[in-house]
Amino acid sequence: MKTLFANRMLALFTVLGALLVFFVAWPLLRTVTGSPPAIVWETLLEPEVGRAILLTFYSSAFATVIAFVAGVPLAYLLARVDFPGKRWIEGIVDVPIVVPHSAAGIALLMVFGRRSMLGKAFGLVGLKFVSAAPGIVIAMLFVSLSFLVDSAREGFEAVDPRLERVARSLGASPWQAFWRVSFPLAWRSILSGMILMWARGLSEFGAVVILAYHPMIAPVLLYERFESYGLTYARPVAAIIILICLLTFVALRAIAQERGEE
Amino acid sequence: MPQKSIDNSQTQQHATLPNNDGQREPSLQVADGAGRLQVRDLWVDLKEFHLKEIELDVAAGEYFVVLGPTGGGKTVLLETIAGHFEAHRGSILMDGEHITKAPPEHRGIGFVYQDYALFPHLDVSENIAFGLNLRRNLGGLLRSICVSDHRPSQPGKGAGQSERDDRARTVTQCVARMARLLSIDHLLHRSPGTLSGGEQQRVALARALVVEPRLLLLDEPLSALDPETREGLQQELDRIHRELGTTTVHVTHDFEEAVALGDRIAVVHQGRVVQVGTPEDIFRRPANEFVARFVGVRNIFEGEIADGPPSSDSPDPSDRERGTLRVFSSGDLEMAVTTDLMGRAHASIRPEDIILAREPVRSSARNCYQGRITEIADRGTLIYVTLQASAARFTCVITRRSLDEMALKEGIEAHIAFKASAVHVF
Repeated sequence: MKTLFANRMLALFTVLGALLVFFVAWPLLRTVTGSPPAIVWETLLEPEVGRAILLTFYSSAFATVIAFVAGVPLAYLLARVDFPGKRWIEGIVDVPIVVPHSAAGIALLMVFGRRSMLGKAFGLVGLKFVSAAPGIVIAMLFVSLSFLVDSAREGFEAVDPRLERVARSLGASPWQAFWRVSFPLAWRSILSGMILMWARGLSEFGAVVILAYHPMIAPVLLYERFESYGLTYARPVAAIIILICLLTFVALRAIAQERGEE
Repeated sequence: MPQKSIDNSQTQQHATLPNNDGQREPSLQVADGAGRLQVRDLWVDLKEFHLKEIELDVAAGEYFVVLGPTGGGKTVLLETIAGHFEAHRGSILMDGEHITKAPPEHRGIGFVYQDYALFPHLDVSENIAFGLNLRRNLGGLLRSICVSDHRPSQPGKGAGQSERDDRARTVTQCVARMARLLSIDHLLHRSPGTLSGGEQQRVALARALVVEPRLLLLDEPLSALDPETREGLQQELDRIHRELGTTTVHVTHDFEEAVALGDRIAVVHQGRVVQVGTPEDIFRRPANEFVARFVGVRNIFEGEIADGPPSSDSPDPSDRERGTLRVFSSGDLEMAVTTDLMGRAHASIRPEDIILAREPVRSSARNCYQGRITEIADRGTLIYVTLQASAARFTCVITRRSLDEMALKEGIEAHIAFKASAVHVF
């Protein structure tokens, strides 16, 4: 390994790179340290803030569970089966990453809105999406499922198909080969995909705010406080959200690292 | 060589048990008549590989080798027999029963890959136990390896609990016995990633054999190993086959491996079976140009190795480097070889290592024979000369110039000589 300032080129790269790192780290640090800890703690104890944070957690977790149930099978298909239009399916799975999330919210509103067919159908069983928790869940699901599916697909792709064939030859049904070989071997990738997806869901604002301004999730609450009361009131909420996201991110890196060492 | 002692004991055993029925432990023998494989007019169409009108008939208990160049579709053939690829046309039968459409788990066919394909998330004993743990009923299957230690469950306990205990005990016993058979019992709690190639391949074999497949498919099982490990494991495969009697189809691109292990060999080229026969058939009577080229022109003999004169009197120092000087005999043919092997073995001499002359050869070479030239085959720059000595026939290669200088003709007397160290014993 070279040292960072070994020659002029590396020295220049180091300076340029450091600028970018500061650009990310400094505002985050400022926000987290900007409010006195006592104020942050007080804010956390406000019922409105607590409710918003819990709602954000639950909704994102629920979206992750839905994506797990349907996304892991999809990931397995993408990793193992060749079928016509596979590239299109892969594209569709990744589209939410590039679509502006406000546009994603509008698109979901078109399909799940009160007057839409699906909206009416779900309405019959008492499930409504606009201005309701289910709307938050589907908004989060839409914008973050790519992370889980992609990560799980990579996990399955890394499992040698011959391991499954050996399992079959030893008497395993397709289900047994999946649960005893493919799934455990891809599990860390799936788990890191789930964490990434959950973290992405937590931080979603654009799509959620269009489907459900109320009940309020943490990012919407932050926005509202900023709009109505200004920076001083918004800052502690921002600090809390950033801290939570940092924690989940650290957990993710720990898992990824553990996988690398195996 | 580190395997010397193992080699000796095995080959001696081989010598005392000349046929394929090494039934010292009859309890380990699979029931007679089980394990016949028939492949009828099989066609497989994959993107990269095509198999065409494959016909195979492998007898129960036979060690059958599929020989062909790398990339010739041999692995696809095995994977189709195992049920991982669908046959485009044709049928596969085990013991007369159609299994062409059966899923892999219902075929009772074990599979061992070149790169072992051990489950990385399980330790060695869990790998071996994998197939047993999938079985609902262990009793019916385990006629050979575990059955003698199987005790009836103790009364008094809850039936379910004691059944589970029994089952766990049986699985542990099967794994332990299979591990002992393959000399990997000291590795049971290791993780596959920490094992050497030879050890991993033994685990893969144990895992496949413990469920007692009707047929064992080996896909280049020795190719990923270093030469020394390969030799040891090759003899191990031979020994295990004789002990268990499992019908085996072994795919390889290595002719010597095929000769050493195969009862019969099928040569596969461009997705077709071009010749099936005993090793002798294949190298004495190659069916076509491809087989002849692939097999190469060789002098191969099957025979016995016995202790020879002490190597200290060898006139050629290079003889001593390759092992002990011994005598290889095949019928009337006797020749000096340098090897650590004993008992039944094959010997081959490359044609270019044989010196050919009109007069008796005066050299340090230990093996000198006189005979009559029966064939002179002109292959362009090189000439292959076949000489019938009293005990055997040898083919050697000479240049066109030597041919002219010696004025060799079919029917004339000539002498050949080669060093003991030029004989490859396997």
